[in-house]
Amino acid sequence: MTDFAPTCPPRSLENAVEDHFIPAEASWSGVVRKGQTIRIEDSYGQQAIDTLFYRADDFAERYSNQDTMRAQTGAYVGIGTKLISNEGNVMLTMTADSCGRHDTSAGACSCESNTVRFGHGAKYLHACRDNFVLEISKHGMSKRDIVPNINFFMNVPISPDGKMTIVDGISAPGDYVELVAEMDVLCVISNCPQINNPCNGFDPTPIRVLIWDAVTHIGA
Amino acid sequence: MMHIRRSPEEIAANRARYEDHQKKGLEFAPKALPAPSPLPALPISADAIIHQETIPGSWYWSTKLLRGEAIRIDQAESNSTVALVAWNAHDTSERINLVDTVKMQWTTALGKGRVIFSDMGRVMFSLIEDSSGANDCLMGGSTAASNAAKYPGVKTRNTRDNLILVACKLGLDRRDIAGVLNLFAPVSVDYAGGFAWRGKRSNSGDYAELRAEMDMLVGFSNCPHPLDPDPIYQPKPVIVTRFRAAAPAADDLCRTATAEAIRGFQNNTMMLA
Ligand SMILES: [Zn+2]
Repeated sequence: MTDFAPTCPPRSLENAVEDHFIPAEASWSGVVRKGQTIRIEDSYGQQAIDTLFYRADDFAERYSNQDTMRAQTGAYVGIGTKLISNEGNVMLTMTADSCGRHDTSAGACSCESNTVRFGHGAKYLHACRDNFVLEISKHGMSKRDIVPNINFFMNVPISPDGKMTIVDGISAPGDYVELVAEMDVLCVISNCPQINNPCNGFDPTPIRVLIWDAVTHIGA
Repeated sequence: MMHIRRSPEEIAANRARYEDHQKKGLEFAPKALPAPSPLPALPISADAIIHQETIPGSWYWSTKLLRGEAIRIDQAESNSTVALVAWNAHDTSERINLVDTVKMQWTTALGKGRVIFSDMGRVMFSLIEDSSGANDCLMGGSTAASNAAKYPGVKTRNTRDNLILVACKLGLDRRDIAGVLNLFAPVSVDYAGGFAWRGKRSNSGDYAELRAEMDMLVGFSNCPHPLDPDPIYQPKPVIVTRFRAAAPAADDLCRTATAEAIRGFQNNTMMLA
């Protein structure tokens, strides 16, 4: 768990260079340039935001959950976590987090995994992997390119005996994370449509994504 | 922003359904699962053995594995971690998926009686024997950088590069490696999510047997785990035996231990139909 760290005052809604509203269940992708800060806001609270990152000029280099967990010798993502690629490079660093708990060991929902988790009656329900497939197809990628992701605002505690379960999110309306890009990255988001587990309170809600340019006087 | 909330009745019905699955997953399944396999391993009958390979410390290997065959991974001289990846032999876009594997079985403790899933909701492996009870699905393997930090000044091989070699020799590439399963790696997770190496590495002669539930390509890397406490880089050889497994009985442990495994095998059956 990490302490609350507010965003730097010079970042305001007025000076954001991008501001995206992502409806409940929808997907989004966009490029975050090195030095820019991306804020992912859980506007209504308790919404899991499944996210992947790809190096913008080489999609074969992408977010790696195992490398990220190994690099910090821990399972959860919070302030200071460096998101590591499959090539061992730092893609982004989390610089603000008003929530305190994010998952990277439970992956995204899919129609196929839902049949195993909830029965075959759950097969034909909108799922994150379908969002990811549609979104990355716009960039010339396919299912093969989908790897284990980060679930911002999803609470997946792991017990010392190994037990793992998705429990109610702890994020409040307006909670957000900020990440500063350490390389140019393509960010791909699935605003999780899952209604079979409590990752979004069984009620998917909209989110917001904002991007700011590096401002040299911030923190000076 | 406009958003219309789902009704409290819909939400309550879904919550009740989830809590029912959760209760079964967390409370019922572990009781149906056995203790680790006993040591020493029983010999495999000679006429069932298809191939035996000794992977030297620090090296890699790959094999085709057909449905109904199995592999025994045997720590001949103890104290080795074996990283494993797998692809569906007929469609390599289907591959081992550890995040689904742990989420669907409600546990990161993958031992005897559990199964390993692909990203398509199908069972790739049944863990029919496992003496260590200590397999890590979270941390991944070593890399050139992690070895350089841990063994400064020492020339080493690492799991990341080994598995890129495996993938490329199979006509795949680095995009096709999306996580590795570490056999014989007693990684513990504390309540804050911190990883630690639990006690000694493993027993001499520890082994695991994985039965193939679809035709697969399987890759192995035999390098020290990133948390291995030995400060000296000295991975030992491991023996991998590919053999014809006994046909699963109707009450086969791995196929019946959990509701999730039963549904996963139903998905396998649909693929074969
Ligand atoms: Zn989802």
